[in-house]
Amino acid sequence: MSKQKTERLLSLVVCLLSSRRYLTASQIRDAVPGYPAAFDAFKRMFERDKDELRELGIPLETGMNNPDEEIGYRISRQAYELPEIVLEPDEAAVLGLAARVWRRAELAGAAAGGLLKLRAAGVEAEESTQPGIEPRLQTPEPAFGPLWEAVRDARSVRFGYVAAGRAAAQVRNLEPWGVVNRHGRWYVAGFDRDRGEERVFRLSRIEGEVTFTGPPGSVTVPEGTDVHKTVQAWDTAPPQVRTAELRIRAGAGFGLRRRASAEAPLDGADGWDLVSTPFSDTGWYADYIASFGADVVVIEPVDLREAVIRRLKGALISEPADGRRRAGEAT
Amino acid sequence: MSAPRRSGRAGTAADRLQRLLALVPYVVSREVVGLAETAAAFGISETELVDDLNMLWCVELRSPDPYCPIDLSYEGGEIVISEAESMDRPLRLGADEASALLVGLRLLAELPGPQDRSALRRTIAKLEAAAGEAAAASAHVSVHMDGRAPADVQAQVADAMRQGRRLHLSYYVPGRDEATERDVDPMRLLLVEGRAYLEAWCRRAEAVRLFRLDRVLALTVLDLPAEVPEQAVGVDVDSGQLFRPSPDDVRVELELADAGRWVAEYYPCEQVTEAADGRIRVLLRTPDTRWVRRLALRLGEDGRVLSPPGLARAVEEDATAALALYA
Repeated sequence: MSKQKTERLLSLVVCLLSSRRYLTASQIRDAVPGYPAAFDAFKRMFERDKDELRELGIPLETGMNNPDEEIGYRISRQAYELPEIVLEPDEAAVLGLAARVWRRAELAGAAAGGLLKLRAAGVEAEESTQPGIEPRLQTPEPAFGPLWEAVRDARSVRFGYVAAGRAAAQVRNLEPWGVVNRHGRWYVAGFDRDRGEERVFRLSRIEGEVTFTGPPGSVTVPEGTDVHKTVQAWDTAPPQVRTAELRIRAGAGFGLRRRASAEAPLDGADGWDLVSTPFSDTGWYADYIASFGADVVVIEPVDLREAVIRRLKGALISEPADGRRRAGEAT
Repeated sequence: MSAPRRSGRAGTAADRLQRLLALVPYVVSREVVGLAETAAAFGISETELVDDLNMLWCVELRSPDPYCPIDLSYEGGEIVISEAESMDRPLRLGADEASALLVGLRLLAELPGPQDRSALRRTIAKLEAAAGEAAAASAHVSVHMDGRAPADVQAQVADAMRQGRRLHLSYYVPGRDEATERDVDPMRLLLVEGRAYLEAWCRRAEAVRLFRLDRVLALTVLDLPAEVPEQAVGVDVDSGQLFRPSPDDVRVELELADAGRWVAEYYPCEQVTEAADGRIRVLLRTPDTRWVRRLALRLGEDGRVLSPPGLARAVEEDATAALALYA
């Protein structure tokens, strides 16, 4: 970290904040210590400093005091200052709780920075002792950062996307309208330029870099858009529900019985119950049933029964990694 | 996952500038404030804080006439800023800052739980007003974390927590395919990776336990006060691992095919290494291997237990017994 640079930037901010008038570049050089004497070198450094201040959100204004004057700079106090905000202790406590939501996620720094500014405004946001609740958002998807920026700044993007059931990524061009978290997963919804319609993408299926393809402000979110509803509709396409007839050992298969639509002791088979359960995803349900081992047998449908048998056979051929033969096998 | 960035502490000149710009109004709004307290609030050491104060005090503008816009002292460990020129208010919130806080507040307001909803509503309104335009971007982030738990279970848990009452739980343990009965004293409601957990002192285990709300089969709010013992320490929600392995746990090594890779993401694995044919090997520790047998059956040919050998044999026996029923 460069101490001189911090000192110079600090002086620059104080100088521009305390002046009501626009100050020209040379006036700034005369007032703020730390700039080189040569004008060209000063200009280059000053340009970089201006960029840094703007990146921090400091509203640097340019203008002229009189039409015949050189262009100058100032920071309007009104544009700079956080308006008055007074929080009661219970309000400050929930604010502390809210800032923690991002602690392990992309906007952790932003949440902490915002909290610090509010504390600087006099808010006493304690690391609160409020009873209770600790929600955490995670953003393990590398695409979250650039997509959030794109949504925030209303810019179009391009990225590679591996759609469900496809092996390779396809290039997609999107005008993003919003990012949505459902059940801990992130989605982006927007206008797909290639498909010419509204689309939803799961961030974990985005491959490689997300690049901006338009300047800030170039995306318009249509009036009345509700990205959450869009994602919800996409995520919960009504599945085809079927019924499985299962033989479950008495006192076992608890997880399956929880979703049962009918349950009764099986005639002529002591110690077994006949249980009917709804299911939609055959593959997933077969895996789940296989996990109950010899406590559950599928009677029907046949495709589910066969899928379970396949799973169990798969578990049987688990030879040790060094190729040793299984116990009991002829040598 | 990218490491969370800590504001204020980071190394660049811009980061330090942000801190300095917040430091002045922090002190001014409190009139007098201790060095130790301030350093803690900014997450820096007292030495770093004194460096910051010295830098502020040294600011000098040279033109038209030289003057020092900031005057302060920190004698006796108490900071007083007597002259702050035009720096006595913090900078406005940026779009990221306003959004991060507002999204967090709105999420809390929406979740069932013991939190103070009236305080949340008031805070959201005040923050939106103070943030102004910077709040607009937050409308483009929407978070819906219901924890996949039945609404009535969440509501009853929240009730018990608000009233400080003990709960009786009938709780499903999938690893053993059992319903268990126990009394618990609620501590916190955690929502992590899209799931809701009740953190509670379990009177049966005499330890802090996490209960996934979607596995609660039934619950009763008891007419008894919750008594969480002093030695009960909550889990560290931010450690990245809700369930900590113990040194006494069994080491289980699994080999996973492509279709079984989800295991490495779903369960906390200590070690993930690439093996032949695009397979991976993972190492996990667990106090009870019964669930691993179930996992191995469910994985079928997409995964197998490498060690311990006894566990691999048990999986084979389980599969053989199950297949016999289809013969």
